[in-house]
Amino acid sequence: MKPVLTVTLAGISGLALAACELAPKESYQTGYRGTGMNEIVVKTSVIEDEVPAPPYDPPGTAGPRAGEVYENVEVLGDVSVDQFNYTMAAITAWVAPEEGCAYCHDPANMASEVKYTKAVSRRMLEMTRELNQDWTNHVGNTGVTCWTCHRGQPVPNEYWTLPEDAAHEGIVRNKNGQNDPVSNSAYSSLPNAAVARYLLGGPLPQTARVISKGTFPSPANTTSTMETEQTYAIMMHISQALGVNCTYCHNSQSFQSWENSNPFRSTAYFGLDMVRQINFGYITPLTDVFPANRKGAMGDPFKVNCTTCHQGQNKPMGGVPMAWDYPALMPTMFSAAVRQADARMARERTGVAAE
Amino acid sequence: MVDLVAQSADLVLRGNATMARYQNIFTQVQLRSAPEMGVPLPVGEEPRIRATSFNHWLGLVGQAQIGPVYLGWTGVAALICGFLAFEIIGLNMLASVGWDPIQLVRQLPWLALEPPGPEWGFDPFVPLAEGGWWIMAGFFLTTSIMLWWVRTYRRARALGMGTHVAWAFLATIWLYLVLGFIRPAFMGSWAEAVPFGIFPHLDWTAAFSIRYGNLFYNPFHALSIVFLYGSTLLFAMHGATILAVGRYGGEREIEQITDRGTASERAALFWRWTMGFNATMESIHRWAWWFAVLTTLTGGIGILLTGTVVDNWYLWAQQHQFAPAYPDTGVVDPAGIRSVGE
Repeated sequence: MKPVLTVTLAGISGLALAACELAPKESYQTGYRGTGMNEIVVKTSVIEDEVPAPPYDPPGTAGPRAGEVYENVEVLGDVSVDQFNYTMAAITAWVAPEEGCAYCHDPANMASEVKYTKAVSRRMLEMTRELNQDWTNHVGNTGVTCWTCHRGQPVPNEYWTLPEDAAHEGIVRNKNGQNDPVSNSAYSSLPNAAVARYLLGGPLPQTARVISKGTFPSPANTTSTMETEQTYAIMMHISQALGVNCTYCHNSQSFQSWENSNPFRSTAYFGLDMVRQINFGYITPLTDVFPANRKGAMGDPFKVNCTTCHQGQNKPMGGVPMAWDYPALMPTMFSAAVRQADARMARERTGVAAE
Repeated sequence: MVDLVAQSADLVLRGNATMARYQNIFTQVQLRSAPEMGVPLPVGEEPRIRATSFNHWLGLVGQAQIGPVYLGWTGVAALICGFLAFEIIGLNMLASVGWDPIQLVRQLPWLALEPPGPEWGFDPFVPLAEGGWWIMAGFFLTTSIMLWWVRTYRRARALGMGTHVAWAFLATIWLYLVLGFIRPAFMGSWAEAVPFGIFPHLDWTAAFSIRYGNLFYNPFHALSIVFLYGSTLLFAMHGATILAVGRYGGEREIEQITDRGTASERAALFWRWTMGFNATMESIHRWAWWFAVLTTLTGGIGILLTGTVVDNWYLWAQQHQFAPAYPDTGVVDPAGIRSVGE
């Protein structure tokens, strides 16, 4: 009887541990002692991703401009012909490695506008350049490339579209835009339209702020507990997208207080703005360009959220600064020496942050 | 006293066989006889349902005899109202998954019956699909609970008991009513009330704390936690003490209270020797009753003050030196510092 019992107990205790992450972990303190501001990460997850190597040794930026040599070059007309071809080769490897150039171009006439994918990729190039130039308060010196979202696929793995639920009346198949385990609400029962509410963008974006600035009730803030769940949902989305907990940015003593928060909270704040700009400024205007199989149930194109780039890492791809190999995507040109020094610094910074 | 210790040591030696028995988690002795039918009812009461039976499995954790039960008209009405509330909630959840029973089971923890949205204020007449069902379920659930409360009160009176159970029950009804009715009434909005649902009511709890600037800095919430955790501590101490003197018949607490060398006296001495003070066989139950009752009384006060009197508990706690202040991290609110891209 006894050995049977022992074996059973050993088996059961094994089951109890089945959900545990056994990989070695690292923890580091991110805030004032005693506030629980710690990050615990699996060691292997802080290593930089393997990203595609440049298609060939990066060429110089001298020589005739692409706009002078090729027809119908609207965005990259200001870069050298060598750089242009190099960048095109890289984009093919990042976005359409199987389909090749013909995914966007008519092979018979590269300047042709026949394929919708060309119109889309042109806007995406403009977007990438804007992100690297104007959104350094979110992308830092690391920058982004097409790979940051696409990862070798024509359509990035993670996207969202407007929820269908809003159209429902009555109680049948109506969950009031929540109570559905989907990734946009971190598989909680929180409102799954929160991503649409905060990330759709527009002239007057919805702010996530719900906590009063004063101690006592006042007409300045009449947000209900029910509406607060929207904020809670978008925060859980960010948390899941980055693979971090609340205290990565906030001191949970007061989610509101900026002077108790980590600098990452500013980065995230500008990130929300940046995603709004991507969706409102670049993707939504392409609605008529996209075919039906690139749209959601409400007829809106696939849009970007935090997961699209981050994919579970606090820095996409572990923070590898691959954009530095593609000056055409970084409109502000640097000399080779400055670039290399900065790239080294960026790598070191990534290493420091990971410890 | 010396005598008592010597006896105790003796018993430990002889007690090896009995030790396992009294530390077992199941009740060891089950009575089987003619069913105990209880004391006669006062004149004018409805009769008890006289059917009785014995159940071995229930006998392992309690009294093996089932029945007789006194349902009365309050019991019948409470069960009907409770059933209606259960059906309204369950059928709304079933409707939300398109009447698919498999999805009802799979998604049950996520499903909810939500109160009316903020646009309805505290209007008692809300279209059913927009929260009216929630109000109706709440009405029937509350009626059911109140009728059951009347029942606990009247059954205690019928047995010639005090009404301590009824008042303890009312303490938890207070918290329930504050959450679902009294506070929403003060706030003028059903949208402040708690949804029916497993995860949804937990999400409501967290959202409530977020909205009002961290409920942990609400002093009544703090008191409620003290009484809640204190209740578990007292329950563990008392339960352990009585089981530990079970070999001397410690479960017969009251009849031993005046005798020397009994389980009662050993239990009391154990705590006096351990921490210098002991509750008595009577007062330990008063401790437990007050801790339990104060958990929900203070909790209800804390909820009722939130949003009505205080809107940001963190700021309130800073003003009253109730929460620690940590060094400024130098991070500033970026709102207003417009990004270059905009």
